[in-house]
Amino acid sequence: MSDRKILAYRRENGRVGIRKHVVVLSLDDLSNTSCVAVANNIKGCKAIPHAYGRLQFGEDLELFFRTIIGTGANPNVAAVVVIGIEPEWTNIIVEGVAKTGKPVTGFSIEGTGDIGTIAKASRKAKEYVHWASELKREECDFCEIWVSVKCGESDTTSGLASNPTVGNAIDKLVEMGATCSFGETSEITGAEKICKERAATPEIGEKFMETFNEYNNFIKANKTNDLSGSQPTKGNIRGGLTTIEEKAFGNLQKIGKKSMFLGVLKPAETPTSSGLWFMDTSSAAGEAVTLWAAAGFVCHFFPTGQGNIIGNPIVPVIKLSANPLTVETMAEHIDYDCSAILRGELTLYESGCNLLNIMSRTCNGYLTAQEVLGHEEFILTKLYRSA
Amino acid sequence: MVQFLIHEKADTVGVATVDIRAGEVIKGLYMDTQDTIKVKVLQDIPLGHKIALQDHRVSDGVIKYGQDIGKVIGDIKKGEHVHIDNLKTRRW
Repeated sequence: MSDRKILAYRRENGRVGIRKHVVVLSLDDLSNTSCVAVANNIKGCKAIPHAYGRLQFGEDLELFFRTIIGTGANPNVAAVVVIGIEPEWTNIIVEGVAKTGKPVTGFSIEGTGDIGTIAKASRKAKEYVHWASELKREECDFCEIWVSVKCGESDTTSGLASNPTVGNAIDKLVEMGATCSFGETSEITGAEKICKERAATPEIGEKFMETFNEYNNFIKANKTNDLSGSQPTKGNIRGGLTTIEEKAFGNLQKIGKKSMFLGVLKPAETPTSSGLWFMDTSSAAGEAVTLWAAAGFVCHFFPTGQGNIIGNPIVPVIKLSANPLTVETMAEHIDYDCSAILRGELTLYESGCNLLNIMSRTCNGYLTAQEVLGHEEFILTKLYRSA
Repeated sequence: MVQFLIHEKADTVGVATVDIRAGEVIKGLYMDTQDTIKVKVLQDIPLGHKIALQDHRVSDGVIKYGQDIGKVIGDIKKGEHVHIDNLKTRRW
């Protein structure tokens, strides 16, 4: 399996992407209208509107730039048109994306207005779409794909089968030399000591605990009710989960049994080598997947129990479930049904292989359920109020 | 067809993959070794809930995923339902 090949796009900077999106990226809330208009004019490009980008400051502003630049820089993106209200911050995004060597042009609205900006940006987007339409897939190593993992709407079937399936696939991927990441800082509560032991060095373990404690202190400082009564949730308890430890160990199944993590990434920070990495993320699906996409991850595994329907505009999200009811009632959202594990008819090893086969097909161009259904949640993580 | 799964050999509980009735003798599968065991069930165990594979005394740990998931607050016999009445987090 270690010499497995895929057909994908090698970008100017050497990274491998599995899609060739031309994106029209908003700098700020004010520019969303123009971005959407350009994507409406030019078929084959995709607008990425969002709610922020004005009067942010400090660490929150740094995270904002890292996320927007990282989105444009992601290897699944072939070319980028940036639209912002004013030229200065627009240029910060353009220059950040340009470091990858991919085509990128910025337009600012002040002094031109929406209509003039839309006309100019549409011509550039058209040029990029023509160019990208002739990009060819080439043979790349499977292990060049960066994969992130996060679960949602979990139930007991997640801990039993879909999360361990992801963990088995991660074990195999890291062994092949791939780059993988997990996060959900606050959801690790109850298993943080075990998670710390999975750090490659004691220093990395300490750094993990520091990040974990900081996030939980932030939650405690801002909570308006007693969280100890809500973890596990009443729904979790009805489903058979008894303690927060049990829930957390179920969650942690996603990182497999073998790999040690090599570092603690800030939100949307790019890892510096292959292997497994922890990223400090929210446990909200849309926010977390957006952060991994901005860090350069090009494929995401999303195990679900009750049926989370999350997607992303540039990163294919592969969804799996072992809940027989979910795979039947929400069939259109699920890429891989691993409920046979519950019947004792499929081993975790085999299930991990099945998931990697679906990933391989996705890398080669197979569209995931979320892509076909148009689930494109692009959600910025905001650390605090704007000025 | 199995009626419950056990994550690891060291676990002291299994998880029902179907609704189980008191009095049934059910078959379980260890997911790490693929070994199977049989247990006589003393109480109803709903799908997704835990069944004790050995006796537990108050203050013992319950092991699942090879890890301690909490402390026993009421004696549990092999074959009984393990849940909020007899198992509690060590966290709060």
